[in-house]
Amino acid sequence: MGYRHRLGGESYHFPDLKTLLAVASSTRSGDQLAGLAAQSDAQRMAARYALADVPLRSFVQTALVPYEEDEVTRLIVDTHDANAFSPIAHMTVGEFRDWLLSHEADTVSLARIAPGITPEMAAAVSKLMRNQDMMSVARKIQVITKFRNTIGLPGCLSSRLQPNHPTDDLKGIAASTLDGLLYGMGDAVIGINPATDSVANGLALLDMLDQARQLYDIPTQTCVLTHVTNTLEIMNRGGAVDLVFQSVAGTQKANEGFGVSLAILREAHEAALALGRGTVGQNVMYFETGQGAALSAGAHHGIDQQTVEARAYAVARAFDPLLVNTVVGFIGPEYLYDGKQVIRAGLEDHFCAKLMGVPMGCDACYTNHAEVDQDDMDNLMTLLGVAGITFLIGVPGADDIMLNYQSLSFHDILTLRHMLGARPAPEFAAWLERMGLYDPLANQMRPLALEQTPLARLIGAA
Amino acid sequence: MTEHGKPVVPTNAALDEWQPLRGLTRARIGLGRSGNAQRTTDVLAFQAAHAQARDAVHAPLDVQGMERQLHGAPCLHVQSRAADRATYLRRPDLGRRLCEDSLHMLRKEEWDVVFVAADGLSSIATQTNAIPFFQAMQPLLRGWRIAPLVIATQSRVAIGDEIAQAMGARLVVMMIGERPGLSVADSLGIYLTYAPYVGCPDSLRNCLSNIHAHGMTIPVGASKLAWLMQEAERLGLTGVGLKDAAPDKVLGKNTLSLHDKDTDA
Repeated sequence: MGYRHRLGGESYHFPDLKTLLAVASSTRSGDQLAGLAAQSDAQRMAARYALADVPLRSFVQTALVPYEEDEVTRLIVDTHDANAFSPIAHMTVGEFRDWLLSHEADTVSLARIAPGITPEMAAAVSKLMRNQDMMSVARKIQVITKFRNTIGLPGCLSSRLQPNHPTDDLKGIAASTLDGLLYGMGDAVIGINPATDSVANGLALLDMLDQARQLYDIPTQTCVLTHVTNTLEIMNRGGAVDLVFQSVAGTQKANEGFGVSLAILREAHEAALALGRGTVGQNVMYFETGQGAALSAGAHHGIDQQTVEARAYAVARAFDPLLVNTVVGFIGPEYLYDGKQVIRAGLEDHFCAKLMGVPMGCDACYTNHAEVDQDDMDNLMTLLGVAGITFLIGVPGADDIMLNYQSLSFHDILTLRHMLGARPAPEFAAWLERMGLYDPLANQMRPLALEQTPLARLIGAA
Repeated sequence: MTEHGKPVVPTNAALDEWQPLRGLTRARIGLGRSGNAQRTTDVLAFQAAHAQARDAVHAPLDVQGMERQLHGAPCLHVQSRAADRATYLRRPDLGRRLCEDSLHMLRKEEWDVVFVAADGLSSIATQTNAIPFFQAMQPLLRGWRIAPLVIATQSRVAIGDEIAQAMGARLVVMMIGERPGLSVADSLGIYLTYAPYVGCPDSLRNCLSNIHAHGMTIPVGASKLAWLMQEAERLGLTGVGLKDAAPDKVLGKNTLSLHDKDTDA
């Protein structure tokens, strides 16, 4: 059986859906590393022609990882919403692309079908889409989430302030936090990747962040991105946990590599909900994902890296997260080799997640062993901004001194907000205005000297 | 004027007020701006640092220079299956295995531990910190049978598993160059694995990272590692099981997240 297509006098055969999806993918080093990539450009196009004719129903009927073996598959199958799926159930992947781009597919109808879209459907249709297609469809989708502010409203671009420090020095972290707040960063979350992943350290960092937040009554949430089991213990000890963080991937085995299961995520989700710390809403989860995670754990089951990445969004979706972001260029050149691959992957991840109803942000980033530079990040952030990305991550001067990679600078996000006319989350914007930092008429952050703002006390308090 | 491209002198007198805060972190804080954008000085400094970091990735490890640092102590040099840097960067699987010649060179004996100094993604880190770290461990491991140091090139963390197996070592300590950042190009990572074997998952390792002049110092790292090694011997394991038994102050980051992916350098 399988799938066939003739192109240029040659007949191409693809034995199963998994192979078809992999060969139809645009070039990336991770699929080459896994031995799944197209052998030629013509073969890739033959796969895309064949994929365009595949009925969407096939993705409901075919499990890429067996149901019995994998709890992510079981989650996808068991929670598939047939009613939501029904308006698109008769379509092929090619027809689905055309419908998504049509004017009929507006914000309301896209929201209605989201629970009916499986990760594999989202990945499949993205493989037939150019970058602009993924951007224009994603732009129509609204995913709004709430904790102490409202994330994802039209016309808003939120940011995670990431004040990491190589020794978790509290005052050093406070200094970077202060710097970011002066640029209007941090409405999505003020989130630290700890250098030391332990309960005691997590407690100390959370305590500092929570005190700073309360000192200035900042309408945002804070997070220490420690392992979910540590966060559970921190909650047991009465720590100031706003959001539960965890890296997740698209197969059970890959999640086991992260030391997590759906059961442990469920336990943490319930524990965080029980704390009731949100003021305007109760989206209490924060997930990170990224293409290549499953392959690097040897847990991709022969699925291409973009499709297996989209399965991670099914995991995220099950826990009503406040925030999800792909860490798109972090994983290195063996998965995404250069700027072109990173940019395409960032747009794919954003599109697929939004199509599934997941509040997707992005850490537009790269490492020093990849063929990527800040010009590529400018391109990626601008494309994502136009596509309606939920939030971007900013670090001082784009240089993360703990994780040793480059993300966006506070300046970059400010520039993007200005170019797009996008604003911070409304509660946060109002706070910035109260603090005298933000001019809402001009949508500009005022360049203040430290002595002109009471926020500078943040350092002493740390 | 610049150190790793980071401006030491602020570009504008009005920014001096940030100077005390710069003592708290090496992060690029208080840069100031022109409109919303970074100033010319800061843009150039960033690009210069990026250029230096890229050079650190591609510079080869000076193996003879490291042998000289050992002052005659025995050591071996092995290579992975990745023939050159370009292959190494695209094919981590090849960097995790010994090339045939190297595998045949290693003789099986009985050792408590073998230390491996590997280039990873920053040969500069290994060049600068690995031998001093190895030497700092010696007085902390009295009575241990320590194998000759192995220097491994075009190598990733897991190559230590194959080395330890081939040499008959119960523990392997991998000292490996971490991917250079803009501010730090010489950060060393340490991975400890008990009873390692080819294909051993990363969850069975314990890790200490950020060992460099501005991060975790060598004496601090060495005493943490000595504690972990003694506990590994006592419990007969490393990884999550050892992490759970450790007092918080000893712990490095050893639960995997996406942000750890390429510390598997």
